Amino acid sequence: MSEVPWLWVENGVAAELTSLASVELKTFSAALAETTLRRLALMVIPGDGGVLRLLGLVADEGRGLVGLLSTEVAERYPSLTPSCPDLHLFERELWESWGLMPEGHPWLKAVRYPQRRHSGAAQVMPVAGTLAPWQVQGEGVHEVAVGPVHAGVIEPGHFRFQCHGEEVFHLEIALGYQHRGVERWMLEASRPRQMHFMETVAGDTSIGHATAHALVMEGLGGHEISPRASVLRGLALELERMANHTGDLGALAADVGFLPTSSFCGRLRGDLLNATAMLCGNRFGRGMVNVGGVGWDLDAAALAELQRHLRGVWRDIEGAVHLLLDTPSVLARFEGCGVLSQAQALQLGCVGPTARASGLRRDVRKHFPAGVWRDCYHSPAFQVRGDVLARAQVRWQELEKSWYYCQRWLEELPEGERVVAAAPGSRPRALCVGLVEGWRGEIVHVGVSNAAGGWAAYKVIDPSFRNWSALAMVMRGTEISDFPLCNKSFNLSYCGFDL
Amino acid sequence: MWKVVYERLRQGHRTHAYPRLAPTLPARFRGRPELRAEACADCAGSCAAACPVQALQCGAVPVMDLGRCLFCGACARACPAQAITFGPDFRLAASARADLQVSSGQPPHALQPLDAVRRRLYGRSFKLRQVSAGGCNACEADANVLSTLAFDMGRFGISFVASPRHADALLVTGPVTRNMREALLKTYDALAEPKVVIASGACAIDGGPYHGGEEVEAGGVAALIPVDLFVPGCPPHPWTLLDGMLRLLGVVG
Repeated sequence: MSEVPWLWVENGVAAELTSLASVELKTFSAALAETTLRRLALMVIPGDGGVLRLLGLVADEGRGLVGLLSTEVAERYPSLTPSCPDLHLFERELWESWGLMPEGHPWLKAVRYPQRRHSGAAQVMPVAGTLAPWQVQGEGVHEVAVGPVHAGVIEPGHFRFQCHGEEVFHLEIALGYQHRGVERWMLEASRPRQMHFMETVAGDTSIGHATAHALVMEGLGGHEISPRASVLRGLALELERMANHTGDLGALAADVGFLPTSSFCGRLRGDLLNATAMLCGNRFGRGMVNVGGVGWDLDAAALAELQRHLRGVWRDIEGAVHLLLDTPSVLARFEGCGVLSQAQALQLGCVGPTARASGLRRDVRKHFPAGVWRDCYHSPAFQVRGDVLARAQVRWQELEKSWYYCQRWLEELPEGERVVAAAPGSRPRALCVGLVEGWRGEIVHVGVSNAAGGWAAYKVIDPSFRNWSALAMVMRGTEISDFPLCNKSFNLSYCGFDL
Repeated sequence: MWKVVYERLRQGHRTHAYPRLAPTLPARFRGRPELRAEACADCAGSCAAACPVQALQCGAVPVMDLGRCLFCGACARACPAQAITFGPDFRLAASARADLQVSSGQPPHALQPLDAVRRRLYGRSFKLRQVSAGGCNACEADANVLSTLAFDMGRFGISFVASPRHADALLVTGPVTRNMREALLKTYDALAEPKVVIASGACAIDGGPYHGGEEVEAGGVAALIPVDLFVPGCPPHPWTLLDGMLRLLGVVG
């Protein structure tokens, strides 16, 4: 195969739109299908005169570069999903919101049930979750339907199990209930409001998505934030990871009836959110990440108070998690439950702790370092078994690493401006990819600016978008009573998927 | 077992003494805003222009709609005369939508508790069914946290239940996406009478950042079902939500 004219870009560094090669559809499909690199995304850039350009992205982890390639498409194209299962949702998304038909897609169903297409045209969509699920028939086979309103305090989604007794043959996950139209609205909203969308793409990942957005904006504006701002962003991101991982370990404990850790971690998660609130006044980090820097600086007194607070919290987290991972009955319940093989994780394109628990060492902090990670060698935590225990252990290892980073940064906070002087304006007709390792995994933002400096396209990929399929896969052949524990071990976002 | 007992003794009792003691909030917490019209300079509305969600009207005196406010502080930063400050007061909940309008020098509206019959009915058992209708999981998480030992709302007889059939109140978060409208209405119908509805967070009150969107219902939860308690914030602080419920039940004044 001849050389593919990929456009290679670094995380958070903009490139001219004209440098993006447009190739024949056949070449494009072959390049994506045959690449040995990880496929990052498939998206649309609307061109002049209603022409749609398909944009494919791949991640070259060895070189720390993202490759981009484009092609013009008409209304239909041969589906890539049969040879690239990791693209199945991307193609469904393009079909649903752009009307592009992937011919030969084996599972062409709605993703988010939007009321409008990206072109602005209204469309009549069935009510979310009402599409006929895939069914198993036969004697003794029954269906279990759960949601959209669940038993706990949790976001809505519909789960349909095909069961034979306790055994699950298949689980279909139908989402879309949370769809707020973020991506389309990004094209029209004011700049300050865009940041509020980003902070609420997945509210528990406010820092992660806000940072990815800021990377894109700063890349397009050609701005370099100060070392201090960059460390404070890193600190906020790691606090977000620590809060959520602690909460998850507590929730896993609750699901196996191990109440001490569940009770401790419920409180400790809150204490970590309070640490974020000490930084910026909001427990979820709203307003902490600004384009061009951070919303809040730390003076000496605030810094000392934060250090003191975190030291106490960390001691209690260690105590609580050691209890959990030191209790044989807990380990016995976790071990071998909900196994995601490395092959499955590869095929589905999983990211984050989910991928790392199945032996895939994917971590933006290591492979695509931006901001504080450029000066910080990160060695990703990983496990190989791919079960609930592995996902719990990866979380604990990551907590330890995050705590190490937080301590180091708080001790050696570099000098620098809170925000760089001018608010960056976007370079016209350019594109930029922003990657951040959020607590659930890799967050991808792709911004493409138009001639006026506004957005021609803005793509948001939450790690949950890739990982929900993994939850469905691990349920096959297991008992339905394992579902709550498996689900908790992934703890994916509904609104991050639904946008 | 001894390890569990040891750790329990070491970590100790951590439930906050609220309402006996006021909760401690971080210094940078942004609670009830104070508008000082007398300080307001003639700047052609820089505060209103800075607000990403048009929560601020700049007429003769600035008026802020706490129901829409995201508490981001952009207006306070934009004001050249420092006429807007976000104070430490976390008690923001209101029983009427109109009570969320804040203007200069005006004391907070009193929250109207439920009538005596309903208060007696709920007594020391007030069960909540939570529905997220497009919420980003921040409001949900900070409602859920009330069940943890730090807040322990169970001591006031308040708890979350799994079924709307067992619930006295519906706690709704999110801007009510079109795709959740039906599920929300069905859940509401499934609650036995009399029922209480709590709209928690800027989204549930009036769309929040998603106000005016094509994929969400206009006017928040109250446009679909009658709301008894509005809890502002993005997300509301857990103390704000707990305080609102306790005042609604007449437990605190």
